Amino acid sequence: MFRINGENVEMLIVQAQQATFQELPLESGEVLAPATIEYETYGTLNAHKNNAILIIHALTGTAHCAGKHSEEDKKPGWWDTMIGPGKHIDTDKYFVVCSNCLGGCSGTTGPRSINPKTGRRYNLQFPQITIGDQVELQKQLMEHLEIDRWLSVVGGSMGGMNTLDWTVRYPEKVVSAIPIATTWQLSSQSIAFNWVGRKAILSDPAWENGEYEKELPESGLSIARMLAHITYLSDVGMDMKFGRNLQEENKVSKDFSTSFSIESYLNYQGQRFVERFDANCYLYLTRALDYFSLADHGDGDLSKALAKATADFLVVSFSSDWLFTTEQSKQVVEALKNNGKNVTFSEIDSNYGHDAFLLEVEALGTMIREFLKYQHTKLVRGEK
Amino acid sequence: MDAKIVNRPALIEICKHIPENSRVLDLGCADGTLLEILRENYGAKVHGIEIEQQNISKCISKGIPVIQADLNEGLGSFKDNSFDFVILSETFQMVRNPDYLLSEMMRVGRTGIINFINIGYWLDRFQLFFGGRMPKNKHLPHEWYNTPNIHLGTIKDFQDLCKSLDIKITQQQPIFSALKMLPKVSPNLFAKKCVFLIEK
Repeated sequence: MFRINGENVEMLIVQAQQATFQELPLESGEVLAPATIEYETYGTLNAHKNNAILIIHALTGTAHCAGKHSEEDKKPGWWDTMIGPGKHIDTDKYFVVCSNCLGGCSGTTGPRSINPKTGRRYNLQFPQITIGDQVELQKQLMEHLEIDRWLSVVGGSMGGMNTLDWTVRYPEKVVSAIPIATTWQLSSQSIAFNWVGRKAILSDPAWENGEYEKELPESGLSIARMLAHITYLSDVGMDMKFGRNLQEENKVSKDFSTSFSIESYLNYQGQRFVERFDANCYLYLTRALDYFSLADHGDGDLSKALAKATADFLVVSFSSDWLFTTEQSKQVVEALKNNGKNVTFSEIDSNYGHDAFLLEVEALGTMIREFLKYQHTKLVRGEK
Repeated sequence: MDAKIVNRPALIEICKHIPENSRVLDLGCADGTLLEILRENYGAKVHGIEIEQQNISKCISKGIPVIQADLNEGLGSFKDNSFDFVILSETFQMVRNPDYLLSEMMRVGRTGIINFINIGYWLDRFQLFFGGRMPKNKHLPHEWYNTPNIHLGTIKDFQDLCKSLDIKITQQQPIFSALKMLPKVSPNLFAKKCVFLIEK
């Protein structure tokens, strides 16, 4: 405990945990054996087991969504503004679970894991995984934790695709779902951005056909990240933050090193990224995004796919998100409505672009809090 | 009658016309009060459309499914004939193209219920006629230049519009507070508001 404004605030200290399962059959027909998942939990699963919430991260996230690993930790989890004691997703009330997605590089099995058959890293021998495979691994974790159903599944961006997949893959396991800043399938433009990002990695000599060991393909990965980062911001948001500002006043660089603030910012983002993320994982995960289409659950028909869902939905998009647009969210909402599902939709007005789902804490958090509260009450009353 | 709308005669009037277990869409549903009553007391399957972020949160806390959208853009994502009733309460005069919204209501619902603000009301006429200025009073509190009520009309105007759109007014119920008999004699002159039921 420590004190803020004279009030005792509980500091959430968490430990990452791992679970290993004998095998994970994949959509490709291959089997990962074994499959490890890294996860964190916050709060307590109550006796009725009706307060469990699954949080699913975006493309490059981790299982560490809230709290700190130790008091000395500089940075809390990636959604700490949202999740914690007394926060919008209140860990005093709910049992929150977050895991690292399959194919990632933060503890869960991915391309950089050791292939038990060879004793060496999988690298490009790693099977192509899908969003559905990620959900299947989360399902195994769910059973491991002896949770019967999720009060809610909550995810942004790639996590939102996982969320949508959960609702039709295991409808009986999902009481409610909150897909945020996401889409039911990538547009051609988004696939194009992913392609260029992967090309940057593939063209880095240090990538060495995925078999890099000492020298990492940092240049390729950081270019991929810089490109992607542009798609996470909005034109107006970038202009507000950086405008045409130069790094140093009146200094125009004669070479092609950073001159504008935005260049320097992107460079910084690229450099920070290679310290925490892996190039092969980036290849596999962006491919998983590209191949995802929720409509696959309905023979190519989104409406038919969502007909299977039984959850109540809160779908949220952001006005300046041009990566996964409001229009794409509305297509999900429309399909749900046409199936007579219980769906609420909000487009939050924001300049933050795709990143808004991490930044618009108040507007988003208020809706999530009220939605969870209602869903929980309904579940306790036995109406669901 | 639900205590939450005891002072809102137009809402009471709207509830009267909705049989149990109806499918109801409320356009501009605000904090979802009306839909909550219709769901709790009338077993209605409800949906709302609302533009204000804070109202969306309030609807969510009541468990009212709501779509954040601008009514000026029509009801595009709602399927034809997907509701028994489509309600438009005190919002009609605020939309950019009331005629378009009326036809949209008739597309997605069987019956439309409109709570119409009547500027033919004697007080409004009195203020314009003798005061020489746009009416400003308890039911029209804004200045002429900043009012959200950009399409004010009279009961007769509304009747004419429906006629031109081939929409039938199946019922009209003038809303009044004190003078109980007069609105029945001449609603256009004595009713502040009027609840219309319309059908194709």
